[in-house]
This record gives sequence, structure tokens and C-alpha cells, in this order.
Amino acid sequence: MAEKRILLKRVGKMTDPASVEEYEALGGFASIKKAVQMEKEEILQQVDDAMLRGRGGAAYPAGRKWNHLYYNDTWPKFIVCNADEGEPGTFKDKVLLSKDPLAIIEGMLIAGYLFGSHEGFIYIRGEYHEIQQVFLKAIENATKAGYLGEKILGIEGFDYTITMVSGAGAYVCGENSALLNSVEGKTGRPRIKPPHLADVGLFKKPTLVNNVESFACIPVIMEMGGLAFREIGTEDGGGTKLVCLSGHVKNRGVYEVPLGTPLQEILYSEELGGGLSTGRPLGFIHFGGQSGPLGFPEKMEGMLYSYQDLWDHGLAIGSGAIVVMDDSVNVVDYLENVMGFFVHESCGKCTPCRLGTLRLRELLQRFQKGYAKAEDMQRLESMLTHITNLSACGLGQSVSVSVKSGLGNRRQVFEAMMG
Amino acid sequence: MTNPFSDITQDVEVILIVGSNPEEAHPVLGTKIRRAVREGAKLIVVDPRKIGLAKDAEIHLQLKPGTNVAFANGMMHVIIEDGLANREFIEARTEGYEELAKIVKDYTPEKVAEICGIDAEDLRRAAHLYAKADRAPLMYCLGVTEHSTGTEGVMSLSNLAMLVGKIGRSGCGVNPIRGQNNVQGACDMGCLPGDYPGYQKVNKPEAREAFEKAWGVPLNEKPGLTSTQVPHAVEEGKIKGLFIFGEDPIRTDPDIGHIKRMLEGLDFLVVQELFLTETAKYADVVLPGVSYAEKEGTFTNSERRVQRVRKAVEPTGEARADTEIFTDLMNRMGYEQPCLTPSEIMREVASLTPSYAGISHSRLDAGETLHWPCKDESDGGTAILHQDVFARGLGYFYPATYMPSAEIADKEYPITMITGRMMYHYNAGAMTQRTEGLNLLAPASYVEMHETDAEALGVQSGDRVRVASRRGEIETTARVAQKVKPGEVFMTFHFEDGNANHLTNAATDEFAKVPEFKVTAVKVEKV
Amino acid sequence: MNEKTGNTIKLTIDGRSCEVERGTKLMQACESLGIELPTLCYLKGVAPDGSCRMCVVEVEGGRKGGLPTACTEECAEGMVVHTRSERVVEARRFVLDLLLSNHVQTCFSCARNGSCKLQDYCLEYGVEKSSYPVGKHPHLGLADDSNPFYEFNPEKCIMCRRCARTCAELQGREVLSISQRGAQTFVSPAYDLPRGEEASRCESCGNCVSNCPTGALSSKDQKKHYRAYEVSKTRTTCPHCAVGCQFDLLVKNGRVVGVDPADGPTNGGLLCVKGKFGSYKFIHASDRLKKPLIKREGKFEEASWDEALDLVAEKLSLIKKEHGADAIAGFSCSRSPNEDNYLFQKMMRAAVGTNNVDNCARV
Repeated sequence: MAEKRILLKRVGKMTDPASVEEYEALGGFASIKKAVQMEKEEILQQVDDAMLRGRGGAAYPAGRKWNHLYYNDTWPKFIVCNADEGEPGTFKDKVLLSKDPLAIIEGMLIAGYLFGSHEGFIYIRGEYHEIQQVFLKAIENATKAGYLGEKILGIEGFDYTITMVSGAGAYVCGENSALLNSVEGKTGRPRIKPPHLADVGLFKKPTLVNNVESFACIPVIMEMGGLAFREIGTEDGGGTKLVCLSGHVKNRGVYEVPLGTPLQEILYSEELGGGLSTGRPLGFIHFGGQSGPLGFPEKMEGMLYSYQDLWDHGLAIGSGAIVVMDDSVNVVDYLENVMGFFVHESCGKCTPCRLGTLRLRELLQRFQKGYAKAEDMQRLESMLTHITNLSACGLGQSVSVSVKSGLGNRRQVFEAMMG
Repeated sequence: MTNPFSDITQDVEVILIVGSNPEEAHPVLGTKIRRAVREGAKLIVVDPRKIGLAKDAEIHLQLKPGTNVAFANGMMHVIIEDGLANREFIEARTEGYEELAKIVKDYTPEKVAEICGIDAEDLRRAAHLYAKADRAPLMYCLGVTEHSTGTEGVMSLSNLAMLVGKIGRSGCGVNPIRGQNNVQGACDMGCLPGDYPGYQKVNKPEAREAFEKAWGVPLNEKPGLTSTQVPHAVEEGKIKGLFIFGEDPIRTDPDIGHIKRMLEGLDFLVVQELFLTETAKYADVVLPGVSYAEKEGTFTNSERRVQRVRKAVEPTGEARADTEIFTDLMNRMGYEQPCLTPSEIMREVASLTPSYAGISHSRLDAGETLHWPCKDESDGGTAILHQDVFARGLGYFYPATYMPSAEIADKEYPITMITGRMMYHYNAGAMTQRTEGLNLLAPASYVEMHETDAEALGVQSGDRVRVASRRGEIETTARVAQKVKPGEVFMTFHFEDGNANHLTNAATDEFAKVPEFKVTAVKVEKV
Repeated sequence: MNEKTGNTIKLTIDGRSCEVERGTKLMQACESLGIELPTLCYLKGVAPDGSCRMCVVEVEGGRKGGLPTACTEECAEGMVVHTRSERVVEARRFVLDLLLSNHVQTCFSCARNGSCKLQDYCLEYGVEKSSYPVGKHPHLGLADDSNPFYEFNPEKCIMCRRCARTCAELQGREVLSISQRGAQTFVSPAYDLPRGEEASRCESCGNCVSNCPTGALSSKDQKKHYRAYEVSKTRTTCPHCAVGCQFDLLVKNGRVVGVDPADGPTNGGLLCVKGKFGSYKFIHASDRLKKPLIKREGKFEEASWDEALDLVAEKLSLIKKEHGADAIAGFSCSRSPNEDNYLFQKMMRAAVGTNNVDNCARV
């Protein structure tokens, strides 16, 4: 099995990715035209059938989220695309944003039509400055072509605009509620939930927030049908997944693979990863971004790259990041580096995350320096539990994930570093 | 106030605030209004200055000083013309509507816009916003009363609220925000020349007889002079002796020159005070009283809520509780006054004052908060006035026509001066200017002027300027901004240096005898 | 949405059953049973912040490891809650340990010694010192003592954000906000302007100081002159404007040394700068009049009460005799209590015999 390009089918085939004409020539905007001919419940059914799981990392079924919003009868409703892709090891949204922005717009447009929303927002990380320009151009072109604005496709009342909002460098804004705060002009710190964003979201109105890749899947689902989309993947998660191969792997980059592809193939197939770049044996893989777990070779034999199979192995697909490390990398060193990221990115609101990440990193540094004692090992374990249990949002709750998996599988490395 | 603060700052749709700057003069009320705006209330500010709340306001009507009556009549004109008057309320609860309608008919928005220096369309919008809201309190303060036409201003605002039926129910009412902590109580207690406690008239025989019986002496049936009439009476030789309790008129009263002449013209002056104030310096005898922290008692706040004042420390030096001093003096003057504790005094007040009949220290100490009228021990007080009937039965529309202020800017004194308070100080500053930190934050007087006037005079912020009126002149520091309109300046009266009351006009309102602090014609020059 | 399932919810807290309205948070449900939960960030009248994590409770079979914060978690049907289980206590100790690891412990010289919630909880949960070996995270150069009335010490700040929320939500001013992120976060006015500067827009109401659970924001008077355990409190009414805010006068050795706001019906725990900081210094000002004064040949001389009162009685009686009672007038004080004012007008009317009595309502 190799790549299957349904999301990336136009990538690299357009001279101007923001051009509506080129997009249309390659099948673009056919899905919205199809969608407006359908009953709204039918659109919803297709998304449900597709078993599309949220591609931002939480893997929440989009169909469920969409149903929740659809049956909320408060107006206005807002559509928000989370394009605050900021984790080390994750770089798949940038491909879509820069190479096929109109597909995202079409996905958001279908959502806008379905939910009777008139306003969409896309929140793009600040560092993607040049990509933002491409996206703005795409919005402008789509507006000129009548796909955004008033009376879209000549339908009375189908008015929809998309506003681009730039992030300002905070990882926590990738957390949906913090992102909405940021769009509102407030500091990007997570909100207390419940209420769910589908009930009380942007400007306190019902809001749909989905990831870039999720929105890009929508036109594909409309085009091929939900069941066909699910067929490509597995029962527990339909379609393809963009994976980001990085680290000690020969062919680093973004690839589109059907969910259920054997991990072995993604790593070693010449068309895909092509094996380790250093020629050394595999040490471990960091899945799904910084908040994901580490996978070790002895535990991943025969594993398929699907949501359920990874869960069964105590791992997670997350954002699609696959960071490959060879056996020369010390797992404690690696984790200290991951913790440095969290220390830097903690928003600072709740105590366990604000100070816990800092103290956790210091503790890992004690291991690195050979100062750690038996009590530090105990403390490490209790801290991991407490930080997970007590943090207010997903960021803090997942700080410990990588360390826990590292400690669980390579306790001997930690012990060897004790003084 | 007809309604309590919490009632008029929570869940209200519109707040109409006239001639009041609560953020400076009543800061905690200012806070509540800001919160009401955050929670969605729409604010209409009617004030000659761009006060802090103006930026939170839906509409700011920046009236020329002294034109409140015209403004209120204009609002009523629009309300009647556009069919927004509450006919049901008018018919059931009021009288005099026809006369009012006749008078306000002339006050078209265009005419009022001209008088007040505002936009006719803004007036229309304000009238609609206020009239259509279900819960919309009207608040006002000294910006309405301290005019030669203050009484007319107050009546016009009451007319306005009655016209739309926004009185006698929650979230509405006519709410004068009282200036001083216990000015409400001092009036309630009968420190008024025509009224015994509880506004019982001295010229009504039944009232007089009741007090004569209780106090055991015949009482004078002639209503007395107001404090603003006293200076003139001294000059005429009618008043020879004056007892001033805790006031500093030479700082706080209009036209300091004429107050000075009064103090110098007396045969005998007693001042009972905490400090040797400017006024006390003129006294023949100064008696040391005590502060609020050294005695027991009650204050009645702006909402008619009676609250306890409790003794925390012993009096300084030989200072004595003020009630003890009065008791001692009464006995020395031949009136047998038993020595009562403040709680016993309140019992006497309650026995003679129907509106305070149910109020006692013991109830307050037990944790009750009571608004008068409180008719007996079992009455929980009256938070909202005029709920079913007005005090007089039917609400009467007292129509008023607009009259210009007593002193209008002219060639010689081309600028209109407005006075008011600032947050960091209180009145003559006897209390606040003894806190070093407040003096650091607000050390000296200043005159606020518009940048176009400042430019014309070659004045910049921080420059010393001379401000003069027909009655005197002072030096102060200029603060150039856009808070006031061109042709107007603003000053406070808290500071010994550059006290605006050297300049203000002692002309008073015909009925309430309140001086026109808010409008004085002045000229400003660079020093 | 929830109407069909009824409006009340039954749950069990510490073995006691409890019925609450749908939408009630666990914190309030506990309150209704008289169970007080520890909290550093909770602020009455403001939406919960859920940041300190001290009010964590154990919910059997609950999400997130079954340790939600009571201030944010809604009650659900059949919930079984423990407020002081071993896991809960351990979690709270973890939070206190972390907070203490970043808190300068100069309690001896701290204004809030004895009235610090962090100190109280550490005592209650037996956290004597931080167990973290690495030192404080420095907040260099952010200390701010520019305001005349209070100072800010970031090394005592536990980031509960009550000051910023007080300023924004209760005071409606938004002078303070949170700068930076993670362990670097600190509270400051815009552009880190000093709080004593007008440009910061701080109006020195001191409500942030009153609501600070530690000594991060403290009154300068308190720092210099008193500690909470040394003062007695007298509930009274503010002497400044007619809003009638309630507060407590703090008395040490017979002197009023400070003011704490009270939850009065008009002020709900708030005060302005005059109430909080400007209503006690004048009571003991050195220029207070301590004895009666009589002017003799243009100069004031101290006199006894008998001398002074006899003179007043004699002079007023003489004027009354020669010119009639209406030749005497009295101005009463609208800052003094009702009882004073009542007796003043009674004196003018019954003893002097005139209605020439007024107060400064007009001026």
C-alpha cells in the first residue's frame, strides 16, 4: 500500500493554489453545489457515515459534533477553522493551507450552509505569515467568484463570509476555547467547560470548531459519499490521514495514507518513510505531537496505523505527527526537551500546569545531571498523576503523557541515570 | 431616592443620569453603573462635561450648563408627540397633565437643541430609548439642583418620569443622589428652617402642638431662615449670633467674600468642630466635637436606608460627644434636657417622627437594614417609594418653563465655570486632606479647560492661570483637555489654594434656596 | 433543553444526601450543607476561574481521574462526592507544595502574616515547606511600591488573579491584566506602568488589595503598623458620600489603623479610595482640637468645658434677651449622625427658641 491522495489530490497540480478557476478545473466547488441540492439532514448523515474523526488531535467524531450543533436552535451560529498548527512535529495543515486553501474554504462553506451560519473564521498561526497571504488571496478570489458573500450560488439567504484571524504565537490557542477567546480579542487562555462550545462558543453563540484537515475532508465526503469515505479507512475512523514524518527518518515530509495502513509500511516503504536516516535501529516514535505518547519497537509489531489499533497499544494518532528517533537518543533527554516545550507554552492559568511543568522539567534535569535519588523517582510518578488529574485544560492534562509512556517502557534508562 | 441602588443598577435596560458624576462623587455607585453597562444596560448621560461615564454611554447630551429644564421639556415634547406617554399611568395616578402638555408643546427638539447646544436627533433618540425601556431609572445629582432654577429642574425630571410611568416600581424611579453621607438624615431630623423631624411643617399647628407637648415648651411658629439667607440677614443686623456645627462655609459656600463679611459681622460665633477650620478661626468659642469613629449613632444614606455608626475608639483629648455638648448647653440655657444615649435619642426621634417610628438601634444591631418610611416595629421599611399612591395622593405635574441662569457669560466674563467634586477628596477636605496619600494623588486645585480656549490664551497644561469672576479671583493650574466644551471651564472646591468658591455666585433658587454653584461667568488669563 | 428531566438533582456529599437545582456547581452544593471548601481563587459574584485547583473534590467514577474542581463542576444526578478523601487531601497538598515552591516565605515581615490564606491552608494541610529542591522562579524588577497606599510584591503572588478579576469584573476598571505566560505570568497594568502613575488608570480603590489572599498586594499602613491578629473590628458606615458603604474600622491600642470593606447592602464588599484609605488618618491627626478654645483679644486660649459652655449659654441668652430668639441661627452638620442632628435642632428650637436651623443640604 502506498499513498492515497484524496485530500492532496490537487496539491502541486495548480500553478496558483488560490485560483478559483484552477480549483474548479480540478473538481473544486462541485461538492458545495452537490450539497445545496441535498436535504440538510442528508448532509449530516453523510458526515456521520464517514466516521470522520477530528484531525486536530482529539479524534472526536465530527458527525457527533455536527449533530450537536445542528440541533441547537440558538442563532447566530459561527463556523471556526482551527489552523493554529503549532506543535513540533506537526506540519500537515500548512500543506493544505498553502497548496489547496479553497478546499478548506469549501469545507467551511458546506458547514456554513448546513448550519445556516453567516460568518466563518479561520485562525491561522502567526508564524504562517506567508501562508496567511495565500489564504487571504483565496478568500478574495472565492468572494469575487461568488462563493463567498451574499446569495451564494444564487440561493436567497445563503450569505457567508470568512474572516482570517492571525495567531500570535501561543500554542495554547490551538485549544479550541482559548482560540475562541483569542478571536474575540481576549487573551488566549482556555475557558471553563461545560458549557460546550457547540452551545456557548464564539461571542457566547453556538460554534463549530474543526481542524483544517477535518474541513478539507468535508468536500471529499460530499463528493464520494460518507460510506465510501469510511471504506477507505477503518470502521473506527474513515478516510485517509495526513501524517508528518520527521526525525531520524529518510523521507521526511507529509504523506496521505489510508487509515489502517501498517505502521511498518509508513516507516519503511520507499514511497513513504524509507527507513531510518541514520541506518541505526529504531529507538522510539513520538506519536501525535508533543502531547502524545512514545511508542517503542517491541510494543508496535504488526500495528496498523488506525485510531483503534493505536489506542489498543496505548498510543494515539493525535495530529498525525510521527517523530522517529533512533536508538542513540536517550529517552530522558528527549522528554526533558518535550517538557521544555510545555514550560514555554503553558498559559499559566492553573497551578498544576503553570508550576507543575516547570518543576517536572527541573526533575528531569536532575536525572540528566545524575542527581536524582530514589525519592525523585517516586516524586516523578506522583507528579505525573497529579498534573494530569488537576490541570484545567487539555494542554496540562496531556503534559504527562509522553513522560508516562517513557517511564513505563524505559524505567531502566531513568534508573541508570540516578545518582 | 425613590429606589435603592441595587434596584436601579441591576437588570435595568436604560439608565438616564443627569448632572451627576458618580465615578468621582459617589465612586462605588459609579462602579455599579459601569457593571450595569457591562451587563447590557444602555446609558444616557446628560452632563455638560465629558465625564468618565460618557464614554460608556449610548448617548451623551452635552448640555450647556443651566439648561436642564429645557432638556427635560424637550424629552417630554418628543414623548408626547411620538405617542410614548403612559396614558394609563397618567390617568390613574396623576393630575395636571393637560397643563404640562400645553407648556412642553413649545419645546420642539430643534428649539431645545438650540438652547442646550445639542443635536436634536440625539434628544429624540434619548427620549425614545428612555420611554420605551421597561426598567429605566432616572438619577440626578447636584448638577440639577445647584442652579438658580434648581427646583424647576427637579420638578421637570419628576414630570418626565411620571409621564412614562417610571415611578413607584422596581428598576425605575426618580433618584437624586445625595451629596453628603448624612445630608438625607440631617434633613429627616428637622435641621431645616420650616420642618420638624420627618418634614412636619413648623407652620402647621398640629405638628407644632405635638412637638410642644413632647418637648414641654412653647415653640416658635415662624419658619426660620435658610443657611443661604443668613449672610444677608447678618448684614442687615437681623442675625447676631450663629452656632455652626461641623461646617466650613468659608470653604464650601458660594461667594466666599460675602461669607467672610457674615462671619465678621456677627456679635457671637460658636463653632463645634474637629479641627480649627478656616471658619473656626472667626469664632468666639470653639468646641471640640468628635469624629464618626468616636461616637454612636446612625446615618441615613441616599436611599433612605438607616445604618449604624459605631464607636471604635475613645474621643481625642478632652473632646466630647456632640450630643453631650448639646445636652449640656441646653441645660445651661435653662431647658431641662436629660442626658440620653444615642440609642435613646433615636427612640425619641421614632416617637415623634412617623417615618422613623419603627427604627431603633436594637433593630439595626440585630442586622436589619431599614429604609424609611418604617411605620412601626413590625414594618420592614420601604425600599421603593410611591408604589401604590404618591405621598400626596395623585402625582402632580408641576410644569416649568426654561429660564436662563442668573449669571450668563458676557463680554467681560466670557467663560462659564462649572464646579464639582473629584474622587480623591471630599468637600472642604477636613477629613481627606489629612491622608498624605490622597494629597500625593491630588495635591492642588486646577481648572479644566478646552484646548481651543487654552490655545487662544496661550495656555498649556500645567501653566498657572488666574480665574476671575465678579466676586473675586484666584490662581490655579490649568489642565487642558476636551472634557469641557469650548467656552466652559471646570473647577473643584476642595482646595484651600484656588478655591472656586471665591468666584461662585450666591444667587439662589427661589424655592429651595440652593445657590447656583454650577454656573458662574468667569474670565481666565495666563499668569 | 433539560426541562424534561426536571429541575432538581440529588447527590451525596460526604455521605449526606443533598438536593440542588440543576446547574448548581459543587461548590454551592457543599455550601448548602455547610461544608466549606478551601479556595484561593474563588471570588464571590464573579464567574469561577478554576485556576488555583484548591477546591478539588473526589467524584466517584467521575471524569478527569475523578478530581474536578468544585467551583467549576456542575452537580449531576446521583453523584457521590468526597470533599476530604485521601486523594483530595493529597491533591491539595500537591497544589500547596507547588505554590509554596514559588512563594517567598518572609512571613515574619509580611503585612498579611496571620491573615494569609496560603499560610492558613499550609497549616491546615501540614505543608511546612516546599519539597521542591530548585529555587524560586524570579520575577525580577516587577515589584511596585509606587502607589501611596499599597504595594505589589510579585514574589508573594500565587496567580489566583483575584486582583485582575476584581478590577475588571467588580470595579469595572480593567487596570490589571495578566502578562506573559506559563511560570512567567505576572499581573500588571498596561505597559507595566507603575500603579501609582495616573497613566496606569489605577484609582487606588484598594479593592484588589482587600481581595488578595496573600501578601502580594498589601496596604502600606498594614505593613508598617498592624497585623490582623492585633486589631479589633468595629462595623460602621463610611463617612464620605451618601452611598453608605459598610466597613470595619480596625483598632489597635485605641487607635484606628485601617479599614476592611464589609459586605454591606450598597457596597457588597467594595470601597473607593476615600473609604478604604481616606477615612481613618484624620481621626488621630495631630491638629485635632483637644480642648475648648475661647478667643480673647483676637487670640484663642484653651479653656475648660465649664468656662466655654457657660460663655456660650450666657452670650446666646443675652442675644435672645436683647434681640429675640430669631436673632440666633444654627447650621447643623450633614456629615454627623442623625442623633446629633436631632438634638441640634431640638436645642435651637426648644432651648434657643428659633426655627433658624439648617444644614448644608443646600451647599
